Amino acid sequence: MPIVLKSKEEITLMREAGRAVGQVLEILKREIKPGLVGKKLDDIVRREFARRGATPTFLGYQGYPARVCVSVNDEVVHGIPNSRPMQEGDIVSIDLGATCKGFVGDAAITVCVGRVSPEAERLVRITEEALWEGIRAARVGVRLGEVSAAVQARAEQNGFSVVREYVGHGIGREMHEEPQVPNFGRPDQGPLLQTGMALAIEPMVTAGDWRTKRDSDNWTVRTLDGSLAAHFEHTVAVTDGAAEVLTLP
Amino acid sequence: MAKKEAIEVEGVVKEALPNAMFRVDLPNGHQVLAHASGKIRLHFIRILPGDRVLVELSPYDLTRGRITYRFR
Repeated sequence: MPIVLKSKEEITLMREAGRAVGQVLEILKREIKPGLVGKKLDDIVRREFARRGATPTFLGYQGYPARVCVSVNDEVVHGIPNSRPMQEGDIVSIDLGATCKGFVGDAAITVCVGRVSPEAERLVRITEEALWEGIRAARVGVRLGEVSAAVQARAEQNGFSVVREYVGHGIGREMHEEPQVPNFGRPDQGPLLQTGMALAIEPMVTAGDWRTKRDSDNWTVRTLDGSLAAHFEHTVAVTDGAAEVLTLP
Repeated sequence: MAKKEAIEVEGVVKEALPNAMFRVDLPNGHQVLAHASGKIRLHFIRILPGDRVLVELSPYDLTRGRITYRFR
């Protein structure tokens, strides 16, 4: 399956999906507090997507049962919103996808619930920095491995690990397109980045080992050793010069 | 939403085994045991020895795979 390049017009359409994701993530972030349940976030997504004419990309994707992924503490990704109240000290990753006019936007943030331990705070901060290192590395003419290596370096220099079994991805009319965007690798690996590529760059970083397991619900991915995990993601378009982040509010 | 990591390679079906399993030769000389993906089974795509197929490998067990596509 080849990498699908997007025209200027298609990137314009992708901005709409991206903006919907960015805006709604911002709304969800403000809701996070002790006692909140994940299901409430799903309700908010339903309401806010309807207002923006956006379709929840995740709902029904390979059978996924919700509009948003809510992954708490040692849960890395793909947590299904439930009715367990969030507690002071938790870190909560929220992953959201929207389809508008045939194109998909995909982004994620990790939010601290109230006051969290210094180690958790550092994990969240470094993961977000790793995402931006990756975004800065995504320029026309470099190999995709530059992005992967930049993300990995920031995480590992700070004593954290990057998850190997799940990766970022190309994005466009489909949520998952070529190429795979690993959060690890060498700068000289992977395809050359070209104008018109759209990528979802998404570091998943753990405080312990990078190995993961899947819950019996077949979705929730958590760290095998029970260590904390954080996840940040943006959809970006590779253009001449700096990559354009599409999933900002 | 993160994608499950996988390595995709082209191969040639060597032998059809019971239970929709196939032995597939890869260009690097390795042989893998591959099952047909759900989509391929759902659409009753027949896979025969000699067919060129796309095999998805798990990076953690390179001896087993999943056939995701049959080239025409």
